[in-house]
Amino acid sequence: MSKDELFLLDFGLSPFCIRVRIALAEKGLQYKGQEEDLFGGKSELLQKSNPIYEKVPVLLHNGKPILESTNIVYYIDETFASPPLLPACSYGRSRARFWADFIDKKVFDGGAAIWRSKGDELELAKNEFIDILKKLEGALGDKDYLGGEKFGFLDIVLIGSSSWFPTYERIGGFKIEDECPKIGAWIKRCKGRESVAKTLPEPHKVCELVGMLRKMHGIE
Amino acid sequence: MAEELKLFRTWSSRYSLRVVNALKIKGLEYETILEDLQNKSASLLEYNPTHKKVPVLVHNGKPICESLLILEYIDETWKQHPLLPQDPYLKAMARFWAKFGDDKVLPSIWSVFISQGQEQEEAIALAAGNLKFLEELLKGKKFFGGETIGYLDLAFGWMANLISILEEIVDLKLVDRKIFPLLSEWMNSFSDDPVIKECWPPRNKMVEKFKAMREPYLKELHETEVMQFSLSS
Repeated sequence: MSKDELFLLDFGLSPFCIRVRIALAEKGLQYKGQEEDLFGGKSELLQKSNPIYEKVPVLLHNGKPILESTNIVYYIDETFASPPLLPACSYGRSRARFWADFIDKKVFDGGAAIWRSKGDELELAKNEFIDILKKLEGALGDKDYLGGEKFGFLDIVLIGSSSWFPTYERIGGFKIEDECPKIGAWIKRCKGRESVAKTLPEPHKVCELVGMLRKMHGIE
Repeated sequence: MAEELKLFRTWSSRYSLRVVNALKIKGLEYETILEDLQNKSASLLEYNPTHKKVPVLVHNGKPICESLLILEYIDETWKQHPLLPQDPYLKAMARFWAKFGDDKVLPSIWSVFISQGQEQEEAIALAAGNLKFLEELLKGKKFFGGETIGYLDLAFGWMANLISILEEIVDLKLVDRKIFPLLSEWMNSFSDDPVIKECWPPRNKMVEKFKAMREPYLKELHETEVMQFSLSS
């Protein structure tokens, strides 16, 4: 086995997998991967590597599985030093971890609440989602990136979800660039970055997936 | 500049206790601000406007929130008695298991506590399944951290105190020594550690608090039973 064999158990449209792929790209790391069929049947490797949750992403480094996307990004940053993704000072790191934890707890589920509902529930879900983004807008402030002057860990953690935003906007009937203009500008800025541009899926693919999920859940 | 440390916590919060333990292990002096969660202080709301929760550690005026993240901050800032492993893979596993404890173990044990009858039996099976993973993790080790108490021991620490309290209230053995010998031993070793022992909240107060928390669920069950009885009469 070569010195650093990286293998990613992946799902192209998952915002959690997207973060890992961007982190790997930022570090200039070569890796192999396999796309998991989350609806048809999970691979034996996934079941063996992540027996508790059977979820992607899983990064196998020389055969050892690292689980949970934020964990994986920390691991990548701690194992492959250059360029650093997290801030150097411990307080800056604690702020980055705090907002990553907030993003993990709120953004994906907040968006899911939008596509899973209709009528009054949808209106509520939309407002709650906008509130979540407004809090992140507060964290961004007047900086170019959530990481500060440079694109970094926290930007990587959030940008993957942005491929799902157009779907939320369409279903919820709102525009992020109107409700949270700084976040809108931040998304455009991040998309100018090669690692992000090459990794983000096309929004219409997410739309198709969500359409399928809504049918499965009997919403449309 | 002299280090100024303040910890906003409640008397019983298991999350706050992680931070209390970590500060003690590191030998750090700090000021405690006890919060009443029904009447949160302006300072707490200012330091944690996003979640408005305890614990919050304030270091030289800068707030750090979320107990597991506070542990990481303490460990990175004060290098004595390291809590997290140095190796990135072992660190990643510790973080994973800590989250498993919060996301799966604690809710499953809580379900046992608030349910009865068939529902409780199912909850016990689920909780036991989760605890088996922890039993496996302890193989060949005294603590989750190895020879000494570490991050994962502090993350799971609530079990060493709360489980016996919940067991007493529901009159049920969740962590049976015959089924979970390593976990039982860990609970004793962790509880009796001189650093940890001093920090436990008063047991009688905890029993009183959790009995009160269980009441609404018992009342709900009783009302359901009464309704079912009157429907079938």
